[in-house]
Amino acid sequence: MTESRGASVRYENVQKSYDGETLVVKNLNLDIPPGEFLTMLGPSGSGKTTCLMMLAGFEPATHGEIFLNDKPINNVPPHKRGIGMVFQNYALFPHMSVAENLAFPLQVRGMGKAEQEEKVTRALEMVELGSFGSRRPAQLSGGQQQRVAVARALVFEPELVLMDEPLGALDKQLREQMQYEIKHIHENIGVSIVYVTHDQTEALTMSDRVAVFNDGIIQQLSEPDQLYENPQNSFVAQFIGENNKLSGTVVAVDGDTCDVKLDDGTMLKAEAVNIGAVGSRTTISLRPERVEFDTHESMDNLIPGEIREMIYLGDHIRVRMKVAGNDEFIVKVRNRGEKRDLRAGQTVEIGWAAGDCKALDPVA
Amino acid sequence: MNMHPQSDPQVLTTRDGTPLKVSLAKALRREKLRSLALIAPLLIFILVTFAAPIADMLLRSVENGIVENTLPKTVNALSGWDVTSSQLPGEPVYKALYEDLKVATAEKTHTRLGSRLNYEASGMSSLFRKTGRRIKRMDEAGPFAEQFIDIDKDWGDLATWRLLKRYSPKYTPGYFLNAADAQLTADGIAMKPENERIYLLLFARTLFLSLTITLCCLLLGYPIAFLLASLPLRSANLLMILVLLPFWTSLLVRTSAWKVLLQQEGVINDFLVWIGVIGDASRLVMINNKTGTIIAMTHILLPFMILPLFSVMKTISPSYVRAAKSLGATDWTAFWRVYFPQTVPGIGAGAILVFILAIGYYITPELVGGTDGIFISNRIAYHISSSLNWGLAAALGVILLGAVLLLFYVYDKIVGIDNVKLG
Repeated sequence: MTESRGASVRYENVQKSYDGETLVVKNLNLDIPPGEFLTMLGPSGSGKTTCLMMLAGFEPATHGEIFLNDKPINNVPPHKRGIGMVFQNYALFPHMSVAENLAFPLQVRGMGKAEQEEKVTRALEMVELGSFGSRRPAQLSGGQQQRVAVARALVFEPELVLMDEPLGALDKQLREQMQYEIKHIHENIGVSIVYVTHDQTEALTMSDRVAVFNDGIIQQLSEPDQLYENPQNSFVAQFIGENNKLSGTVVAVDGDTCDVKLDDGTMLKAEAVNIGAVGSRTTISLRPERVEFDTHESMDNLIPGEIREMIYLGDHIRVRMKVAGNDEFIVKVRNRGEKRDLRAGQTVEIGWAAGDCKALDPVA
Repeated sequence: MNMHPQSDPQVLTTRDGTPLKVSLAKALRREKLRSLALIAPLLIFILVTFAAPIADMLLRSVENGIVENTLPKTVNALSGWDVTSSQLPGEPVYKALYEDLKVATAEKTHTRLGSRLNYEASGMSSLFRKTGRRIKRMDEAGPFAEQFIDIDKDWGDLATWRLLKRYSPKYTPGYFLNAADAQLTADGIAMKPENERIYLLLFARTLFLSLTITLCCLLLGYPIAFLLASLPLRSANLLMILVLLPFWTSLLVRTSAWKVLLQQEGVINDFLVWIGVIGDASRLVMINNKTGTIIAMTHILLPFMILPLFSVMKTISPSYVRAAKSLGATDWTAFWRVYFPQTVPGIGAGAILVFILAIGYYITPELVGGTDGIFISNRIAYHISSSLNWGLAAALGVILLGAVLLLFYVYDKIVGIDNVKLG
């Protein structure tokens, strides 16, 4: 496959409604530069698949305009958009062999037989299925079908490939392997990829940037590490990775940090990310692995907690505690081999830095 | 049974030494017996009320015991007579005929024999009736030959005796030949004269009209099935009721409705005349001919095409067509190369169903077919109920059955019967 640069995509004020009563997509603005791997991540019903279908041309936008390489495509039918697509259940044509499936997009473009064969062979080799050309899709395993679907979406050298939860039907191990393969294909070919999933691990592993969708709105658009380290609101903090929630009221704001009084009276220092004025409600978000049992005086937050349960998980130990009235408070302790005297029922002191807990918008 | 494919010849045994296969069969026997007992009532019912009558009916197409049963001595005496000779049979044959006919007349079976032989050559019925009336007055001392020829000169005709000789065996191909517009003559099998041929034409017409009807059903049913499969559930249910509605209406009512619509003074003609498409003098003839049969039967058989098509289309995910379009196919290419091939099993099932129903259809062609729109089954019904030539009816039925089975076989070879999906 020749080195081809990807296409750019721009959504401008795009809205979508199916029934004229509710908006599934509320005013979407999104810029995807050429060659980017962008993932739309969100729970089901968040509008991410609808955004993808509008880009592919299978759903018309109710309002707004979508640009492909700076050209508006609202009135371009799907088959003229030249966008490759991998479907959830692969949608390999069951009555055609693997090679015929791959040749299909080349045939409809009127390509010569010899060129078709060459491209099909190369595409099959790319996904390491060189000898499977004459098989029917039904004779392949799930992972192989998946690769054929990817190869078919790439064989006509589109500048943009859309993937709609393509790994959803695979088992865990295969899914992880395919994640790397798709990522490598993206790196080698340089096409733009828009990838839709509800699996956060998938999104974090593969993407250049992730758009977290909820309720028809992009909650946060940033690189994977930023998404985890610096969630902009409670939904993102909750949706990406594991998270402890503590509710309270803002009592003082000092630049980037703020003082929060929890509902049981405990005072905490937190990074002020997304809060209102003094006196407004807030939810503190804290990653379980940032909490320490080896406390020392310099820590911003030191509070007591009662150990409720210890779960041994090999590389780490999960400790469920009751902290400031929340008895779903999780602490992850790395297993360093040292004996630690922790037992259920004990009350111990735990601590963490102010920068590790984010004061975000309140959750009901 | 290759339940235990073994590479080594050693026989596996259970712990007490019985071969494994034997004890497995013993263990399964009870289950087999129980399931057999469960289906036994239905099996017996079908055998008694369905399989046996059909077999009996089919046997009638070759059965011909009537000649030997009615005239046993004559048949015996005739065995020495050479069919190709130009000599009439000798006096012993006439004597045997006299003795046989005396018994037959007393039992009144001679008229039945007459009607049977009349299928093969006209005049036989009256010959036997006439002879039966006069047999009592014949001189028992003979000579019989002269007396018979005196009663009717046909007894002195070689053709009569050749006919008797030809149809004296217990089984005859006569009905089948008849059904194929041929007959057994002294020189072997020959086609009937042109103006007496009817069945081959009827078979050809039945096949042709059934194929036409199947094609019409496909052309009309495919879009409806497609619509049914792609509409949202609520509207699809409503449309489904409309498709099924004809099932809940009497066949006779529907066919009669077509009479009202299609006849020359009917609704459609009136309408066409009214809007001026055709003149009052040139009203279309749409009923009591092939057109009427095709229209009415297409209407009646349409659901049998739509339902299998629908059930197949319902299982085809819309993502196939989307995938095809995303790969650059136009609407038509996506349909023709991707969607249509996946509906072929439904087309196969629908076409077989409609064709087989059509080829044996009776009521509708009878009512709206006139003379050139009737099917072979109408002729079979005529021979069953009016002419009482059951042998011929059975022969026609066997040929029809054979034709269907043959087509089925051809279809299996070309399309593959396992490609047929009814749901």
